[in-house]
Amino acid sequence: MLNRKSPGRRPHLAPLVAVTAAAALALTACSGGSGTSGETSAAVQDQKITFIPKQLNNPYTDVVLGGGKTGAQEAGFASSQVVGPLEASASSQVSFINAETQAGTNVIVIAANDPDAVCTALGEARSAGAKIVAFDSDANPDCRDVFISQVVAKDVALIQTKLIAEQIGGSGEIAILSATANATNQNEWIKFMEEDLASNPAYKDIKLVAKVYGDDDDTKSFQEAQGLLQAHPNLKGIISPTTVGIAATARYLSTSAYKGKVALTGLGLPNEMRPFVKDGTVKEFALWDPAQLGYVAAFAGKALVEGKITGAAGDTFTAGNLGDRTVEEGGKVIVGPPTVFSTDNIDKYNF
Amino acid sequence: MSSTVKHGEKGTTPALAPGGSGGLGALLRLRELPVLVALLLLVLITYLNNPLFLSPQGVKDLLLNATIIVILAAGQTLLIITRNIDLSVGSMLGLVAFGTGSIFVAMPGLPIIVVLLLGMAFGALLGAFNGFLVTVAKVPALVITLGTLYVFRGLNNAWAGGKQYFAGDRPEAFGALSVDTVLGFPIITLLAIVVVAAVAVYMAGTRPGRDLYAIGSDPEAAKVLGIKVSQRVFLAFLANGALAGLAGVLYASRFNSVGATTGTGMELDVVAAAVVGGVAIFGGSGTVAGAALGALLLTTITSSLTALRVDKFWQQAIVGILILTAIVIDRLASLRTARKLRISEARNV
Repeated sequence: MLNRKSPGRRPHLAPLVAVTAAAALALTACSGGSGTSGETSAAVQDQKITFIPKQLNNPYTDVVLGGGKTGAQEAGFASSQVVGPLEASASSQVSFINAETQAGTNVIVIAANDPDAVCTALGEARSAGAKIVAFDSDANPDCRDVFISQVVAKDVALIQTKLIAEQIGGSGEIAILSATANATNQNEWIKFMEEDLASNPAYKDIKLVAKVYGDDDDTKSFQEAQGLLQAHPNLKGIISPTTVGIAATARYLSTSAYKGKVALTGLGLPNEMRPFVKDGTVKEFALWDPAQLGYVAAFAGKALVEGKITGAAGDTFTAGNLGDRTVEEGGKVIVGPPTVFSTDNIDKYNF
Repeated sequence: MSSTVKHGEKGTTPALAPGGSGGLGALLRLRELPVLVALLLLVLITYLNNPLFLSPQGVKDLLLNATIIVILAAGQTLLIITRNIDLSVGSMLGLVAFGTGSIFVAMPGLPIIVVLLLGMAFGALLGAFNGFLVTVAKVPALVITLGTLYVFRGLNNAWAGGKQYFAGDRPEAFGALSVDTVLGFPIITLLAIVVVAAVAVYMAGTRPGRDLYAIGSDPEAAKVLGIKVSQRVFLAFLANGALAGLAGVLYASRFNSVGATTGTGMELDVVAAAVVGGVAIFGGSGTVAGAALGALLLTTITSSLTALRVDKFWQQAIVGILILTAIVIDRLASLRTARKLRISEARNV
């Protein structure tokens, strides 16, 4: 659920991102001067915004889109709608983008299933005058104006290592239960976690013994959790940086002899984790507020349409009641820090 | 065609083995034996490497992992033996599981037994729809159920949307069905064993059960013999649907979330379990106990490879090799039977 796939490209990703980001900056700098200036004064009141999530009927996505709808209303768009595929495959979004281009939609907000597969279609939409806001999962920086990112990847990783260290008392074996083996954001977080565990002296007694993948499938994650506990009898804690994985692991722990003996933390949805926090299986876990992601994306769309920002680093815009946001290097906009949920605050959230 | 007829003879009388060489010979010809041996070896090797594998929690996990697939495989066996198949079981399970989640939210006080029966009735309805299309339209079940796989999944998507129901939404006693044990067996596993026993008795010991083998061996011949082929096949689809419904309710008991994608892809695991367990894919041969053993073997492999810390990417390859092995054994056995029959017929002349 929280994965961005870029099959077969991982080893070269870092240099590639650097190059494309530089190219994007160069491009936006050019286009800012010529192409887009004709529309800069467009009034948002007669503009249409469309959200294209990775897949429909995904609980996490629904929360993001709920925030997007509120944001679009508050920003004053004439209409907002959601279209998208039922399965999160690489090519499934292209026909929806094409349809939006033909319908003359002014702002397309997209969570790309594959950063490159959607690129050509988005390029056509842009030449027809649409602004492209990527959110949740980035498209190739060449093909969008800005990217709204939940949080800084490193912060997400560090909060999870901090939580697990607290819960296991600073020493012992831990394991990671992730989504798919090639999910870009999962691997980025795991890399930061590994670096943090290796470099932070407070974690010198913590040993990461295994990384397993539940493919964001309830049944599979459940069995992977079982396997972890069987293969590593001394395991003291599990980090699961994916909402499906943490819920499945929590369900297994709460129904097994390991309840209360093995700590669990990671990224989860409060509604899904509530019973496990209340029955003591899980002490604390983290997540950003997904609704804010859609909310900020809608306001970024507004700022682009009004010509207030172009996606260049240093541009600022107001994201409704969340206050000002600044566009960072590579056209990235960060929504906010992750929230930690525990028995004290979990009832205040409904997503 | 001829080889499947001979399968039929072998499959319908596994224990009697006409002209057999005593009890041991019959035992060695049992199609379930290699599966059982493989299962025992697997458990033993894993246990020697990791004693936790057979700890009380470990055994309980092994049994629970197999339970739902065992029930589905029992239903699927009824169909495969009649030379049919139902690929929509994953989608049926998903619909019933989501229905179970919904019904507990709407009526939290409903007795669990009522929910179980409602789930089975819902599944039977879906299965009857498959059976109706197959027997009336006379289109191969493979095509019909491939269609209903998507139809049922589409209904589930439309019904559930992004909604999911979690274990916390259901009564604690319902979740306890897959936690509490009786004599070391989780309650839902005992249910699965009862199902397998009931289907096994029906298949081996009743007239309609034997008819299913006859239909799978040669549908035309079965019709000539006066067997009500359409009726039997329809009922097999209905029964398979009811069992998928039962599995759907138990899924909701065991796992945390039920939603639009619950059960996706499960049909292939189920067919694989039946084939590995010695149920011939062209019908007429195999037993429900074999299919149950096949399901237990496949789920145990996953657990044991994890317990042995074997890279999980190997797991699928190993399952694939097992399926191929099962098919090769099947082919060799049928060739041998054919040769034997030829020789004995030659003597009779």
